[in-house]
Amino acid sequence: MNNRHIYILAAVLTALGLSLFFYKSRVLGFPIAPQAQTQIWTIEAAVTFEPGPAAVKATLRIPGLTPGHSLMDENFISRGFGLTTRSAPAGREAQWAVRQANGTQTVYYRALVYRDPNRKAEDTTPAFPEPPQLDEASKIAMEGLIADVRRQSADVASFTAELLRRINQGQADQYIRLFLDRTSTAADRAHLATVLLAGAQIPARVAHGVVLRDRAGVVRPEVLLEVHDGEQWLYFNPATLQQGLPPDFLIWWRGDEGLAQIEGGSDLNVTLAVQQSQLDAIVIAERRAQQLGSHSAEFSLFSLPIATQAVYAVLLMIPIGAVVIMLLRNFIGIKTFGTFMPVLVALSFRETRLLWGLVLFAIIVSMGLLIRFYLEKLRLLLVPRLTCVLTVVVLLMAGLSVLSHRLGIQPGLSIALFPMVIISMTIERMSIVWDERGASEAIQEGVGSLIVAALAYLVMGIVWLEHLIFVFPELLLLVISVTLLIGRYTGYRLLELRRFKAMAPGDDAT
Amino acid sequence: MLFRYRSLASQGVLGLNKRNGDYILKFNPRSLYPLVDDKLKTKRLALQAGIAVPELYGVIETQHDIRRLADIVRDHPEFALKPAHGSAGDGIVVIAGRSAARYRTISGMLLDDGFLAHHLSNAINGQFSLGGVPDVVIVEYMVRFSALFERVSFQGVPDVRVIVFRGYPVMAMVRLPTRISHGKANLHQGAVGAGIDLASGTTLDGVIGTEVVTHHPDTANPVAGVQIPDWDTILEISARCYELTGLGYIGVDIVLDRDLGPLVLELNARPGLAIQIANRQGLLRRLEICEQYADFSAGVEQRIAFAKRAFAHPVGEVLGMDVVM
Repeated sequence: MNNRHIYILAAVLTALGLSLFFYKSRVLGFPIAPQAQTQIWTIEAAVTFEPGPAAVKATLRIPGLTPGHSLMDENFISRGFGLTTRSAPAGREAQWAVRQANGTQTVYYRALVYRDPNRKAEDTTPAFPEPPQLDEASKIAMEGLIADVRRQSADVASFTAELLRRINQGQADQYIRLFLDRTSTAADRAHLATVLLAGAQIPARVAHGVVLRDRAGVVRPEVLLEVHDGEQWLYFNPATLQQGLPPDFLIWWRGDEGLAQIEGGSDLNVTLAVQQSQLDAIVIAERRAQQLGSHSAEFSLFSLPIATQAVYAVLLMIPIGAVVIMLLRNFIGIKTFGTFMPVLVALSFRETRLLWGLVLFAIIVSMGLLIRFYLEKLRLLLVPRLTCVLTVVVLLMAGLSVLSHRLGIQPGLSIALFPMVIISMTIERMSIVWDERGASEAIQEGVGSLIVAALAYLVMGIVWLEHLIFVFPELLLLVISVTLLIGRYTGYRLLELRRFKAMAPGDDAT
Repeated sequence: MLFRYRSLASQGVLGLNKRNGDYILKFNPRSLYPLVDDKLKTKRLALQAGIAVPELYGVIETQHDIRRLADIVRDHPEFALKPAHGSAGDGIVVIAGRSAARYRTISGMLLDDGFLAHHLSNAINGQFSLGGVPDVVIVEYMVRFSALFERVSFQGVPDVRVIVFRGYPVMAMVRLPTRISHGKANLHQGAVGAGIDLASGTTLDGVIGTEVVTHHPDTANPVAGVQIPDWDTILEISARCYELTGLGYIGVDIVLDRDLGPLVLELNARPGLAIQIANRQGLLRRLEICEQYADFSAGVEQRIAFAKRAFAHPVGEVLGMDVVM
């Protein structure tokens, strides 16, 4: 077993741990910092209509392809309606149907949306559009306009921008005047742009969507022009001519048709509303992992019940505490009672907080020692004596809890989490060391144990470390590789430098 | 700090991590530990091999056996009680005689039957053994130390510790009891440790803890310059303990009895590092010399001859070895 074996093993473990870590943090977006929140929006469409005498069918377009955003959860709320969802050329559609209904009906569509930069528009290149069917006069006007615009542009983007500028001039432009009347809406203009772009053999479509605002309330759908330049979709705001997809714009549906349609009913009215809220970043990351088909979320600790998760949040920190002890023992050379006793004491400090933990620990151990010295006089056999000390320790803890409660000192109550068996063993070990090697050695080792426990507690209590280990348990592989490497550290310990000081040549008496 | 580190390294001082990682783990197979951790087993092995040990009077194995103590020691007013698995001298009681119904320890304390029975019961239940496993107590001959050491020890029995690396004695010291150590030859209880020149068997200056001392604190006689009697026998016995156990890195504890000469008290598979301070010489350097130049298939005589040549005080740089050879 040579050192190279250990180096290779440590390197493999480190690589494995780090690559899992980077995959989860970079690709799946698990948060590195604790309590990271992600903005999410609840979008809602309320569809109201008056049903006719016979069967009614209401169709609502719902978000499907939403570049820059992802849907997390969808709900369809209605009473007594049959529901189907299907894909249509304009996107996805939900259809509510009922054979008979009375009075004004309202059905709801509700979804949770979060920002997802990884989500892109589909990359299939659309076919060249059919030239629009126009009468002769319009056709000549269109060709004139296209020739005009083409002269003043270099590529698809600038062509579209110039075309939109002309359209926005409305009545002032000699060509546009033929296509638009005075009462044209933004949607009409966008539609006109798609027709004219089709004439120029550029695929284009109208996208309708809502702006995801940070205050709650009703929103009106807005229009974007999507133009394909042969490689990707470009987005234009037909009113402002701004190019690019605004980061908070959620595309709801596409095409020239309306948001909803009704068959067999009347007075159709759709209200869109948006509400922003915060959600734990971890939930979003899990969701994303599911969508990517990664099993890392299914097999993560988050799939456990909450109570069990809380247990593991603590358990996973134990190796960290053990690493602290390993460093203190093998590099510094501090002596402790029992190898990992300080870790258990440090765990109980989590409940009592450090200062109270130290005080309570000192009280219990010193009182236990007094009892132990008294029992020594009675000459009890070993196991009965240990049992006796343990019982006394438990009684002391109960007494301290009651006393501190009466005095209104809250931390005294959490003393019950002290590892009493470990404390009893510590008392026994300490009293033997006391007898055999003297009080100073016993107190030295006792204080050493407490210092180590306090340090382990401080390290185990670092919030972001706790978060990091819980979200990325694979980082414990790094702990193993560090342990492997330290396991072959054969240099001096810090306290040995003092111990062997008589041998250093500088202060050598010989 | 870094300077101290470098200077210790250049002195060839062995640290705990290196002792554990490169010597104990490498040369002491776990399966052989029971041979040395159980003093009873060691004693029997040594007897088979014809190595002198303190005579065994009896063994107390159960709570019930404690009553037999009086029978066992009927003809032996002086005796020692040792837990078979005790470490670092814990739990050892040496009785030097009786006053009426009580036992008198070597330090003059009087113990009644009840106290001794309680002590034995604790020992049997494992109070002094590693990990608290149940133990047995050995009742054996009390060593009477040679008058020679009276000048440099306070009560108790001085003993000689020899580190044996794969059959080669590499370093030795004598442990001299003091008042502070309650007559025990135990360095961390305050006994004086004095290095020994392997070639001649004479003592060097001593240390208490990490402090250098030239004179014994209780008798005020110089520690250095004492010739250990039967030095060659001591070296031979220690070297043979390698064949006895097969452990490659051991500490052999030997006492010098006034009448019986050197006796092996116990072997230790994890010998401490204080011997380096007592000698003011690094152990690692000697181990490296051994690994580099020694023939590990050699017989006992050759090994001792090598040790006397190579480890005559003071041992210089490893590079200077060709001259010594």
